[in-house]
Amino acid sequence: MFCSRERAVHQLIYAANGCIAMEKKDVPQDSNAALDGARKVVYAVDEDGKYSTVATTGWAVEEVVTSMAVDHYTQLAQEALLRARRGESSPLEYHMFTRRLNVVTLAQATGKFQWLVKRHLKQPIDQLSPKTVRRYAEALGMALSDLSRLP
Amino acid sequence: MITAESSIIVNSDYVHRHAAHCESGAVSSLLRHYGLEMSEAMTFGLSSALIFAHFPFVKVEGFPLTAYRAMPGAIVKSTARSMGVRMRRERFRDPQAGTARLNELLAQGRVVGMQASVYWLPYFPPNMRFHFNAHNMVAYGREGDDYLISDPIAEHPVTCPAADLQKARFVKGMFAPRGLLYYPLDTPSEVDLSKAVARAIKKTTFVMLNTPLPFVGVRGIRYLAKRIRELGLKSSDARYALLFIATIVRMQEEIGTGGGGFRFIYASFLQEAAEKIGEPRLQEASELMTSSGDAWREFALLGARFCKKKPDVTLDQLAEALLVCADFEANAFRLLRAIRL
Repeated sequence: MFCSRERAVHQLIYAANGCIAMEKKDVPQDSNAALDGARKVVYAVDEDGKYSTVATTGWAVEEVVTSMAVDHYTQLAQEALLRARRGESSPLEYHMFTRRLNVVTLAQATGKFQWLVKRHLKQPIDQLSPKTVRRYAEALGMALSDLSRLP
Repeated sequence: MITAESSIIVNSDYVHRHAAHCESGAVSSLLRHYGLEMSEAMTFGLSSALIFAHFPFVKVEGFPLTAYRAMPGAIVKSTARSMGVRMRRERFRDPQAGTARLNELLAQGRVVGMQASVYWLPYFPPNMRFHFNAHNMVAYGREGDDYLISDPIAEHPVTCPAADLQKARFVKGMFAPRGLLYYPLDTPSEVDLSKAVARAIKKTTFVMLNTPLPFVGVRGIRYLAKRIRELGLKSSDARYALLFIATIVRMQEEIGTGGGGFRFIYASFLQEAAEKIGEPRLQEASELMTSSGDAWREFALLGARFCKKKPDVTLDQLAEALLVCADFEANAFRLLRAIRL
């Protein structure tokens, strides 16, 4: 842990080196895979210290954190897939995670209580009312017949 | 010029501009189209959109909410107020009605701002599609079943099929768009910039330095530092700590912020304001804000290394990097408070 004086020193070092100062020429162009070839805009200064926008293919840091979020859902979906194949949970759970939703967001998207969604994730789909199934299909952007299907 | 045939409506006067942030980009493009030249940075700054907030009790996807800018929708509302633009906002209960109204407005030759969910927009890169419902873009025409969309964070204009757009505009959940459409009814010929700048900076300064809550402003940054330190002490599961840090860094860098959690956009605003109203001390504040942005990027870099499980980065170091950000930010805003525009 730093005391406040050490922090002040720390700060001076940052200010002196400018570390990763956002100068135009220093804007990272790391071809972030998550952007799929698209470019985004960041603000950076030129040699005269004047701000303008620069298009960039992304920063490695963004790729790390974005892929973590993507992988998080992929992993949850894989676990749910195994559970669904063993018959321990509904295919609905698997589809929920592949659509990057969870119990909270699926409940919001369908306008249902979380406890109800949790219960539905454990029930076979054919036990749910047609209206409920339609709501889930709509929130997940799937055809009704695909809901009970697993890869 | 508006070309209106049976199936093709194009507002060809509209100019797409690539922006860093969706909402300020969409609003500045709209204002420019309707005759008020306003850069993205100026739009962002004048609507007092910069903030820092960390609410441990508000969970987004299971993680506490960390925000670097004001609530979605705040820019649309407050730009209108600070510049004297009459902005019309319409929401719809019925998706069909929302689509019909969009078609009607386009047929009238209007260019319209819209709110929608990122997840259901097919032109987004698949790995960037999450359920963020407060994305903003501009519709400037329609070709048969495809809408011509100027998405501020896309480099070039894109198209989106009507069915997908309707789904994206009418998702339910947090920040549900309810088909929000917005467009200026009239724009003033002149804006009293010095007054608008003074008011906007005063508001941001107040929020960042004087909010009587530990979750907001410079105190919020220090509070988050403390929480990160505690995360290391509690023997909670390691995966949670990684995703907790990753979420903060995502909000700061990944999601249309212009880098450094909007700090560089704000620095750009201060610089532009310094020139336009002739107040050189704002330039000084802009440089401090740039340093703050750099410190945030340093934090992001450390955070990503932590997420990659590099052994040389600890939660204590991350907390320390955040305190550096807090110090820079406190300096910048104290200077802004002292300027008394």
